[in-house]
Amino acid sequence: MSTNGLDSWAVDLKDVGAIYPFQGSEVLMVIIAVALWIVWHIVQLKNENKEIEYEKQHNHRKENIEHGVDRY
Amino acid sequence: MDGNLNALTTVFTEFYYWVTVVFMFLIHVGFCMYEVGASRRRNHLHTLMKNTMLIPLVTITFFFFGWWIYWAFPNGPFIYEGLGINWDAGEANLPWSETMSTNLGDRITGVFWAAFLLFSWTAASIVSGAVIERIRSGAFWIHAVLIGSVFWIIDAAWGWHYDGWMVKLLGYHDAYASGVIHAIAGGYALGVLVVLGPRLGKFAADGTPRDIPPHNVWMVTIGLFMIYTGFWGFYAACNVPIISPELIGGQITGEVWTATNIYLAPTTLGAITFNFLMSLSGGLLMAYVVSKGDAFWTYSGGLAGVITASAGNDLYHPIQAMIVGGIGTWCVYKLHFIVERKFKIDDAVGAVAVHGYAGFIGLVICGFLLWGAPASPFEGYATISPWGQLAGAIIMFGVLGFLPAFIVSKIMAAMGMLRVPEEVELLGLDFSTEEAYENAIADVQAAEKSMA
Repeated sequence: MSTNGLDSWAVDLKDVGAIYPFQGSEVLMVIIAVALWIVWHIVQLKNENKEIEYEKQHNHRKENIEHGVDRY
Repeated sequence: MDGNLNALTTVFTEFYYWVTVVFMFLIHVGFCMYEVGASRRRNHLHTLMKNTMLIPLVTITFFFFGWWIYWAFPNGPFIYEGLGINWDAGEANLPWSETMSTNLGDRITGVFWAAFLLFSWTAASIVSGAVIERIRSGAFWIHAVLIGSVFWIIDAAWGWHYDGWMVKLLGYHDAYASGVIHAIAGGYALGVLVVLGPRLGKFAADGTPRDIPPHNVWMVTIGLFMIYTGFWGFYAACNVPIISPELIGGQITGEVWTATNIYLAPTTLGAITFNFLMSLSGGLLMAYVVSKGDAFWTYSGGLAGVITASAGNDLYHPIQAMIVGGIGTWCVYKLHFIVERKFKIDDAVGAVAVHGYAGFIGLVICGFLLWGAPASPFEGYATISPWGQLAGAIIMFGVLGFLPAFIVSKIMAAMGMLRVPEEVELLGLDFSTEEAYENAIADVQAAEKSMA
């Protein structure tokens, strides 16, 4: 027995469909993937907020701005 | 796959779409180069990552729900024949379906899905260029998912599907996506820009617009050349490469196999090759003259020419394609500056004009040039008309493009998550990253010198 239901390739290919492992768990995989996607946005937004706060509070100096503007 | 001819056709079609995907990848490379070239040095990394990260975000969401929308929504929801959701067609394209996977019984779904997905990236990438140097990445990526995996694919289901209600009722014809990609993305970009506002310094105190030149014109031009190259894949992906009348199942008689557009109406790869190049040429020639040789606008004009003619490039004569491309490009150039001056819209790369206005105008012109021609090989469909095309253009640019972008941007702005603060915009969006980079260099140099 294998994770994808195939033990050998001694088969007629017209009888073969899906060949990925753990068939039957597709809905669970989708739920996990969607959750990961939403968590990614939440983490990213928090990180971005922190970065912006850092730049606002610690680096707002005239010479830094002029340096950035002069580089064009 | 029973029978050698059937097997060969299936494998050819599989490979055909796969090649279009590889070509279309170049569109994204081009957009990245173009945007980074147009941005200023203190915003490079932010600009690059903003566009790059839309790739995974749109890809996974297009897998989760975008592809299902295309197959389930041609008549809805609540537009044509009751609820209008085709559950049966949608079922095979749900993310947990066996056909959306490694499956020896289905060789087409993956490559067909990917071809549409690359269109999704393009739609989101068009918006990306317009909003550079002041939008928050997190806000943009939510917009990218909305345009790339929701709104454009709804419009594709409605107007770029052989069974779409716009094709049936309006005779909507948009063979190479003037509206379904370009008008909607341009409209969406405009909806974001209205709320986002211009970059600091874009307008003088009296409202006069200032030019903010690209920091690297070469990157911009090479990026646009890349987009031209990728556009070949885009055009090819809009066709079904070969299909029999029997398989189409419409009104076509006889046994001659043919290439078709997305509506399964016949065309040829030769026709679209002629028309792509002639409309590109019409756009370049017009843009060079009207912009007085400005490189940025000449290259953009080439794109605008193709985009304007795209709606009807399956049927136009090459000279018609050239003239349509030229007319569209003239309108695009003039409109960009009128809108900039009058409404204070800072579209950093001219995306609203090159994609949005060109797409809109192209749809309307197509309605006149192909007036009365069949929009579909199936019985009972409306024929192509100016009013059907105008209604389609309004739906694409306004209803599915501008409106949702404006509403979502308003919500984001109210939550304070749309735009970076003024002091950070002045400082440069890459400040933290560059500071860490310079500190790391100083650190390692000091360490190495101490060993000398």
